[in-house]
Amino acid sequence: MKYVIIGNGIASIGAIEGIRKVDTKNEILVIGAEDAPAYGRPLISYLLAGKIGPDRLALRPQEFYDRSNVSLMLGTKVTSIDAQARTVATDKGETVTYENLLIATGGIPFTPPIPGSDGSDVYNFTNLAHAHTLISKAKEIKRAVVIGGGLIGLKAGESLFDRGVDVTILELSPRILSLAFDENAAALAGSRLAEVGLNVRCGVSAKEIQRDHDGNLKGVHLTDGDFLQCDVVVIAIGVVPNYDLAQEAGIAVDRGIKVDDHMRTSAAGVFAAGDVAQAKDLLFGDDRVIPIWTNAYNQGFCAGKNMTGADVPFTGSLAMNSISFYGLPTISVGTVNPPEGDETYDTAVSLDEKKKSYRKLVFHNDRLVGYVLVGDIDMAGMYTAFVKFQLAVPEDAKKQILAGAPDVLMWPDEFFKETWNPGVVEPD
Amino acid sequence: MKRVYPDKEYCIGCHLCEVACITAHSKSKDAIIAFREEQGKDGLTACKKVFEKGDICVAISCRHCDEPSCVAACISGGLHKDPETGRTVYDREKCVGCWSCLMACPYGAIKRHPTENKIVKCDLCEGREGGPACVAACPNQALKYEER
Repeated sequence: MKYVIIGNGIASIGAIEGIRKVDTKNEILVIGAEDAPAYGRPLISYLLAGKIGPDRLALRPQEFYDRSNVSLMLGTKVTSIDAQARTVATDKGETVTYENLLIATGGIPFTPPIPGSDGSDVYNFTNLAHAHTLISKAKEIKRAVVIGGGLIGLKAGESLFDRGVDVTILELSPRILSLAFDENAAALAGSRLAEVGLNVRCGVSAKEIQRDHDGNLKGVHLTDGDFLQCDVVVIAIGVVPNYDLAQEAGIAVDRGIKVDDHMRTSAAGVFAAGDVAQAKDLLFGDDRVIPIWTNAYNQGFCAGKNMTGADVPFTGSLAMNSISFYGLPTISVGTVNPPEGDETYDTAVSLDEKKKSYRKLVFHNDRLVGYVLVGDIDMAGMYTAFVKFQLAVPEDAKKQILAGAPDVLMWPDEFFKETWNPGVVEPD
Repeated sequence: MKRVYPDKEYCIGCHLCEVACITAHSKSKDAIIAFREEQGKDGLTACKKVFEKGDICVAISCRHCDEPSCVAACISGGLHKDPETGRTVYDREKCVGCWSCLMACPYGAIKRHPTENKIVKCDLCEGREGGPACVAACPNQALKYEER
């Protein structure tokens, strides 16, 4: 087989689309552990909340796979990779030969050693099966405790709450979404959740999950001495790269599978992309695992093109998150919390608590390197342009950006022309 | 593929492209009704946006990029690239209003629908005879619908 992809998530879809950009002929085989069409993982919270039906989960229609000449081997786990023989073995006893392999196995939920977490009614909420179980249980569940106030935890909490469950979210750090948010953004989002009736408790975590003699869940003991009765616990601390397959095959791993600037791993013909990969970061230039959606797609797309033999360097990951809290939208991109005391960074904030509107811009030297918007997010893309294209921001332009009005006319002339009006020959 | 190219050397900032866009996407197809009524009541919104700085102006909308950031960011499958036409196609039914595309598009070409939890994006006036309405309406040919 010319192309084999392990994993059936968004990095995998990116790879299919990347391959097809260059090679429209050769067959692609996708091997996926879950027995479901590729779905948007963030969509499981919309499903649990009842905002969408199961029919809307699939990221691409079946027609896409037919047209792209992709065969799917679903409900199948890859058990090993032989990088010398260029084969992968599956739990169905099959051996598949590859010329080019993509490891897009994503992340697995990180579960800290909380006593009592082994047993019934503890979930991670990172796959469809957990969402379905929680939906079917939601009617009988009265109270839930969510451990972790990051993206997955907040979304799990919100969707359980939408099902009529009393929810308490625990976050060990002093604020929710600590990486993507600063104090102001977290406070606005937190107060929106509190308004609706969701309990968010920061600076505290679970010490032990209490069970009765039969092993039934009773509640959670907190590090501050409190006890919360509950029927289910969702542990959403984060995900770690699912790189065991690669490691066992002798492929170099660090925090994730190490890839070069073409998404190639240390083994010939083997690529990696998505939450499992440790790839170049656009802003910092070093290699990091940034387990977010757009990176997974972009890395998959780049890997896919390179798997065909094309020579396409990866431009780098850029952290970005968009999450709404009951109608209060928030967006955060790039560096949001610059290192304290580093004078090469410059931040500007504008906060209107009444309007629930917040804007924070982070400059490094003369470049915009990150921002947070809460409430008024309509100009987000225009800020992203300055971060992504690393455009210099001259003093007069800076004023305009600070006033919340970035626009395309601030771009350097040449760049504007190339972008918006290319291919025009100036008259003599 | 044919795309709409905005030329700031020719744009006079008259906003007629916005009016034409709204009209083309309205139920009534009548500029006055579309602008006066459907805008407020149905949240009808132009896919174009005119930027002005002194006497320099330009009208922009979706570039239908070869490798669009919005498609990469879309969590619902609501945005995809049509391999036949090259267009970046938006499926309103699939959109969940997560605003990831709005965040990811560095061209600022995606807007929020004012009343629904959906986005608004240029569709190059799909199916409209004579191509995009904005181009047809531009009095100074600052918008060109061309293959380049």
